Amino acid sequence: MTTTQRLAGYPPAPAGTNPPLGFEGYRSTGLRAPSQAPVVLPHRLTEVTGPLLPGPIGPNDHDLTTQHEGEAQGQRIVVFGRVLDSGGRAVPDTLVEVWQANAAGRYRHARDNWPAPLDPNFSGGGRVLTDAHGNYSFTTIKPGAYPWGNHHNAWRPAHIHFSLFGHAFPQRLVTQMYFPDDPLFAQDPIFNSVSEDARRRMVSTFDLDATRPEWALAFRFDIVLRGREQSVFEEPHA
Amino acid sequence: MSHPTELGLTPSQTVGPYLALGLTWQAGADVVPHGTPGEILIGGTVRDGAGEIVTDAMVETWQADPDGRFDHPDDPRGAVAPSVPGFRGFGRAATDTQGRWEVRTVKPGALPAEDGAVEAPHLTVSVFARGLLDRVVTRIYFPDEADANAADPLLATVPAGRRDTLVAVPDGPGRLRFDVRLQGEGETVFLAC
Ligand SMILES: [Fe+3]
Repeated sequence: MTTTQRLAGYPPAPAGTNPPLGFEGYRSTGLRAPSQAPVVLPHRLTEVTGPLLPGPIGPNDHDLTTQHEGEAQGQRIVVFGRVLDSGGRAVPDTLVEVWQANAAGRYRHARDNWPAPLDPNFSGGGRVLTDAHGNYSFTTIKPGAYPWGNHHNAWRPAHIHFSLFGHAFPQRLVTQMYFPDDPLFAQDPIFNSVSEDARRRMVSTFDLDATRPEWALAFRFDIVLRGREQSVFEEPHA
Repeated sequence: MSHPTELGLTPSQTVGPYLALGLTWQAGADVVPHGTPGEILIGGTVRDGAGEIVTDAMVETWQADPDGRFDHPDDPRGAVAPSVPGFRGFGRAATDTQGRWEVRTVKPGALPAEDGAVEAPHLTVSVFARGLLDRVVTRIYFPDEADANAADPLLATVPAGRRDTLVAVPDGPGRLRFDVRLQGEGETVFLAC
């Protein structure tokens, strides 16, 4: 086997970007957050690579309103944006997976049994690949807020769950997209588990130009994944 | 040299309890197709700080093929199509009502590291769950690789008394067990990636 040099890695997220694992306001972290400090994992071959998944993507996975016989109920919206790395480079051909509650704030999941109606025409799961420029887009309905019992009268602001792979293991990201000016932000510990700066990056923006006239509102949500450090073994420039 | 724009990163948030709606695939747990020669089932439970099973977690694995290669352009040795037909390198399995997860795979090869070091065969693992605001990362090493594990540059940085939390245990023919303990007694060693 040949010797390799240290590989250029993906610098860690700046402090305040990601939530602490133990976060008092979010009760479920209490017994789930590790108590020991993590051991640093230098980026070697398994880390500078990662799954480049072409799918599986089904024919209606980009449109959550047309996955059933009838149309999903609720306010039709287009959610779109670009996936970039911190260096501003597009992340093309990467899998974006989403899941969400229906317009009434209910998930089609056995464990969600709060008394809001299910919509027989809405499953709430979607999948797309970014294009060559890192763009993605899907059509869905605006999810409703829902209560979750974390504290007295706790409500999750309306959100769509997002999962992304990027091109390497350190770029893997699971996040949530929120909607502008949600009055429920202030009381939500999950949203508030990151710095104010970072919170803003999870809030989509309404985009009038991207709305589909007589059809759907549009929200832009750009996603920024960790970037790779420039090669540390570059030849000196003349 | 021009410096790239530094854009603010999108923060991590929990997958929440309903991840199955978006993240489960048919055959998602099959890193290799059923019936692949040398296939092994690697799985175990996920438990919390009270020792209770976690029934709404998801475990993802990523690994080299049996030759220690990746079909990926950022491998400086070059991308190589896997030597095992249908090998995906990636597996994901949600925990079931018993808190169990399991993936079907083949043992990866060893990997060259810096300064002539060799990484022992391993899977890199992400665990997601309600109550985890960010994924936690760990690794699975193999119990029949004592010498390679002893020379592994990452294991060497793990406190000796906790190293065994990263090594799977034999669990019958073709099976390995790897339990994840998120917190508390026997807490799994997690890695800052
Ligand atoms: Fe949710």
